[in-house]
Amino acid sequence: MTSKNILLIFKSNIMYKPVIYRLARDFELVFNILEAKILPRKEGRILLELRGSKDVIAEGIRFLEQNRVVVEPLSDKVWREEEKCVNCGACTGLCPTDALSIKRPEMTVLFDVEKCVACGMCGVVCPFGAMRDITLFDPFAEDRSNN
Amino acid sequence: MGEFKINKTFGEINKKIQDGSVVVLTAEEMIGATKELGPIEAARKVDVVTTGTFGIMCSSGAFLNFGHSKPRIKANKVFINGVEAYAGIAAVDCYLGAAQTRQDDPLNKVFPGRFRYGGGHVIEDLVSGKQVRLEALAYGTDCYPNLRHEADMGLKDFPDAWLLNPRNGYQNYNCAVNLSKRTIYTYMGVLRPDCTNANYSTSSQLSPLLNDPFYRTIGLGTRIFLGGGIGYVIGNGTQHNPKVKRSENGVVMGGAGTLSVKGDLKHMSPKYLRGASLAGYGCSLNVGIGVPIPILNEEMAMFTSVSDDDILAPIVDYGLDYPQGTGAPLGYVSYAQLKTGEMDFNGQKVTTSPLASYSTALEIAEVLRDWIKSGRFLLGEPQDTLPSAPFGGFEMLK
Repeated sequence: MTSKNILLIFKSNIMYKPVIYRLARDFELVFNILEAKILPRKEGRILLELRGSKDVIAEGIRFLEQNRVVVEPLSDKVWREEEKCVNCGACTGLCPTDALSIKRPEMTVLFDVEKCVACGMCGVVCPFGAMRDITLFDPFAEDRSNN
Repeated sequence: MGEFKINKTFGEINKKIQDGSVVVLTAEEMIGATKELGPIEAARKVDVVTTGTFGIMCSSGAFLNFGHSKPRIKANKVFINGVEAYAGIAAVDCYLGAAQTRQDDPLNKVFPGRFRYGGGHVIEDLVSGKQVRLEALAYGTDCYPNLRHEADMGLKDFPDAWLLNPRNGYQNYNCAVNLSKRTIYTYMGVLRPDCTNANYSTSSQLSPLLNDPFYRTIGLGTRIFLGGGIGYVIGNGTQHNPKVKRSENGVVMGGAGTLSVKGDLKHMSPKYLRGASLAGYGCSLNVGIGVPIPILNEEMAMFTSVSDDDILAPIVDYGLDYPQGTGAPLGYVSYAQLKTGEMDFNGQKVTTSPLASYSTALEIAEVLRDWIKSGRFLLGEPQDTLPSAPFGGFEMLK
């Protein structure tokens, strides 16, 4: 059993099509909607946690893509600018999922994007702007490839 | 005093630095050395212990002389990248405070404000080699007729640029919690309601003043690592208070001693001077400081082997007590506990996180150790000591 967080973008041509429930029915994947936003007649975005075996998660993602859902790995949307991080640890106490954690005894800060739920708290709390502000739900936001 | 088995002087240690025979350990390494050898042998063997800290230190800033313009100006308002520097001194001198916000910053009008650029960031930009925009305004005099002077300048264009910090390196500090019912945004970070998380901010066993708790070797003239370059302790910092409650081994149980430091900005690095933005609070500067502590006797060996288990931080409520200036510490917690990431408080688990970078503090202590070993960095003997407190001595040395 493993878990993966992905951002799903439902463009207007498919946004009213029911696909998520089939992840459970056809693939027996456990899904957990972490956040969702629907821009009527434009697009819908869902931050989804998938739980199941690695292979089945991959199959489920393939199924979503076949149904024209844009699946974006979170790592393109949320990242740490390594040279800005001073390894202070201020973010670690507020991260709800331990995606940001402290490696002991070195006391350096680790970031595991697979655990991130894009709550955005680290972007607010980091004094050095090392954690980018989360813009998962803004269709006009630039992502890593534009930076 | 005077009954120590080991007695060394600054001069003797400096000779060893020059002839390459000096033994230098970081404060972290010294813990094990004293445990293994005992304080007397450790003092015989080890000459210098290096400390380090890298945290947000708001009481910091840069004294800048921006050079005379033609025609001359006696500036009474100065802005650098839109951040105001105090200009109420001679013609082209100014002081840029780390916590000064940009002129057009929205501050906390939309709460919590983000404070993305301020004095600390200007200082970081300067040591990064970036050009900054200087604007000086004046009322005009017979000797200084110019009313306005603007220039793009790099750090090298300033005839003088010093880092001059009135209060750095606090000897111990609060562990901040929030007992109120709403999330608060403080200089101690973001604190969730109902004591959900706790923040602390020292490099504990690596911290300069915690390794010389009675300021026996640190004083005016102590040569230090400052922001990646060389600086000096120029006296006690503001709010220096040696009379804070101490545990039996002399360790202060709250914010106590502080240092005032100065150094040439031109030799510093953005790696150890970082502008900081604290949501809801303001701008600041992360300052890297490393202080070498000479092991003059076995008592200094004892002091420098202080470990996270021995150092307690007072737990303070920033929801009500701190802002109102009321209340008392809610309890004490060791840094060994805080560094695990969790502590018990009133029967519940509280997440703990650091605000000062321990890993960078260790890096600073190691850099300073290597400087001393290489013979390039001699110890500065204090010309004056800092106000201190009485100490009965260690039981085990009697």
